Amino acid sequence: MRSIVLTAVLLVVASAAQASGGEAHLDKAHIDLSNRQSLWHGAKLFVNYCMGCHGARYMRYNRVGRDLGLSEDDLKRYLIFGDKKVGDTMTTAMLAEDAAKWFGTAPPDLSLVARSRGPDWLYTYLRSFYLDPSRPFGVNNAVFKDVAMPHVLWELQGWQKAVFRTERDAEGHEHKVLERLELAEPGTLSPAEYDKAVRDLVAFLAYVGEPAQLERKRLGPWVLAYLVLLFVVFYLLKKEYWRDVH
Amino acid sequence: MSAMKSLLDWIDARFPLTKLWNEHLAQYYAPKNLNFWYFFGSLALLVLVIQFVSGIFLAMNYKPDAGLAFGSVEYIMRDVNWGWLIRYMHSTGASAFFIVVYLHMFRGLLYGSYRGPRELLWIIGMLIYVALMAEAFMGYLLPWGQMSYWGAQVIISLFGAIPYFGEDLALWIRGDYVVSDATLNRFFAFHVIAVPLVLLALVLVHIMALHEVGSNNPDGIEIKKKKDERGIPLDGIPFHPYYTVKDLVGVAVFLILFATVIFYLPEMGGYFLEHDNFVPADPLKTPEHIKPLWYFTPFYAILRAVPNKFLGVVAMGAAIFLLFLLPWLDRSPVKSIRYKGILSRIALAVFVVSFVALAWLGTQPATPTLTMFARLFAALYFAFFLLMPIYTRIERTKPVPERVTFK
Repeated sequence: MRSIVLTAVLLVVASAAQASGGEAHLDKAHIDLSNRQSLWHGAKLFVNYCMGCHGARYMRYNRVGRDLGLSEDDLKRYLIFGDKKVGDTMTTAMLAEDAAKWFGTAPPDLSLVARSRGPDWLYTYLRSFYLDPSRPFGVNNAVFKDVAMPHVLWELQGWQKAVFRTERDAEGHEHKVLERLELAEPGTLSPAEYDKAVRDLVAFLAYVGEPAQLERKRLGPWVLAYLVLLFVVFYLLKKEYWRDVH
Repeated sequence: MSAMKSLLDWIDARFPLTKLWNEHLAQYYAPKNLNFWYFFGSLALLVLVIQFVSGIFLAMNYKPDAGLAFGSVEYIMRDVNWGWLIRYMHSTGASAFFIVVYLHMFRGLLYGSYRGPRELLWIIGMLIYVALMAEAFMGYLLPWGQMSYWGAQVIISLFGAIPYFGEDLALWIRGDYVVSDATLNRFFAFHVIAVPLVLLALVLVHIMALHEVGSNNPDGIEIKKKKDERGIPLDGIPFHPYYTVKDLVGVAVFLILFATVIFYLPEMGGYFLEHDNFVPADPLKTPEHIKPLWYFTPFYAILRAVPNKFLGVVAMGAAIFLLFLLPWLDRSPVKSIRYKGILSRIALAVFVVSFVALAWLGTQPATPTLTMFARLFAALYFAFFLLMPIYTRIERTKPVPERVTFK
């Protein structure tokens, strides 16, 4: 009986593994939040390339400064444009109504995008734009089909084109399947440099998603060490009291 | 010392302080053979306190307003001193509460703690479980993320499946035609005042009932049957200090695990905090895959396993209601699994596997294959209860010892 149950459980797991195979392949982002250089580079990319349309409305400039070890002057010189103050949140100057008119949909706020999408998704997405004349901005995306966003980082990456292959399904219909992307026109960065730039940007977004994570990971070992000590004390106390229970 | 004594006398003449202390701690005799499974009662109490305290601090900064709720949670996570820690304590505490309570209930199944004279104790415990589900469900709406919103939308719409007055009932619960600001506000009121009061009262009654009948133990025999000349059970030891110090060990181990989640895995891979809930609620955009949090998924899987919506709701209700009937479904001459026969052991194993499998299935999209498995495990889940009067009676049990086994 137990073996039947076990077999059933295994079957469920196996069929689930099959069912989850349909999603696009994601590359590992391998971000490193302890690398301040990487976060700092990501922050500069974010304010220069993303904040024209997207905000991070829950993130304050001076929090970025505090966590990344930047002075207020650095913040004002490199991250804050216009008349914003260091205590302000990183909102975009673009109005949502205008954005909806221009792009068909308002660009989402990116404060929490790394927590909802995950770093791997963002890393793959930002490297997966390809030329597609049928789209309003001339590009499509292999991860997010028919996305409304233009390829903002084209200067850095250059332009990619998609290579399709034809597949025949069970009913004999032919489908064009995206096989890979290849660089059609190089940008100012080499592919390896571009991957690194995107990794830094994603690292910054991951930090913005939860600024407290730097602090909690720093505190964790101390809290756990204290609790382990507490456990030892309680365990010895229990042993001492229970000596006379027979 | 004599000043302390006279103060105590002064209080005792006006309030039964010493009497309460003795009745519930110093002279409450618990069986000396309580094992690992008996840690989870006191741990549930600890988690209740954690939720109350962290909840009070969250309520100081949270805004129960559809336009502000999501942002106020992020404000707590970023701008409130130690807000992230308090929020993670509360979100991890919710899942920890269910883990601890499920293990506490499993202990009851294992050693027959629901059997006479503890039927009422079990029923009060089940009422706590139902209140806890209501508390968790309403609390989950408050962050006002996509899963908060759509989860509530789906669950409340289940009431609409009840014939004749279902739609009106769903409307009355929501206070609107869709989940909205009105729903958020009333759920907040229920979550922070009404249900916690009920929970607290029920927990108090649960402990009073426990101390009236006394704790069961892994052997499932009554220690009160064998007393010494002073009327103290031979196999009993005072709860304080023996079990207070023993429970402290459990508290330390629990806190180590709890802190590990808070400091290193607050999302627990999307099981404690769902990824989609980091997107603000949008009534116009239905998420691809709506699912409740893990502690509700066994019942959600049963709901989806039934093709008819109303019968699905009935099956889901029955899955919980059958637990209330356990004291009368179990006809075995012995209480503990230690002395029950092979059929009870297999049944319990099948029940555990079904519960875990249903919990997992409830988190997955309902594909035809998975729905088939959900039906299989739902059938096994119900079989555990419905066949219990038969298999507990026909199997051969082992002889029960006179005194508890204690090495």
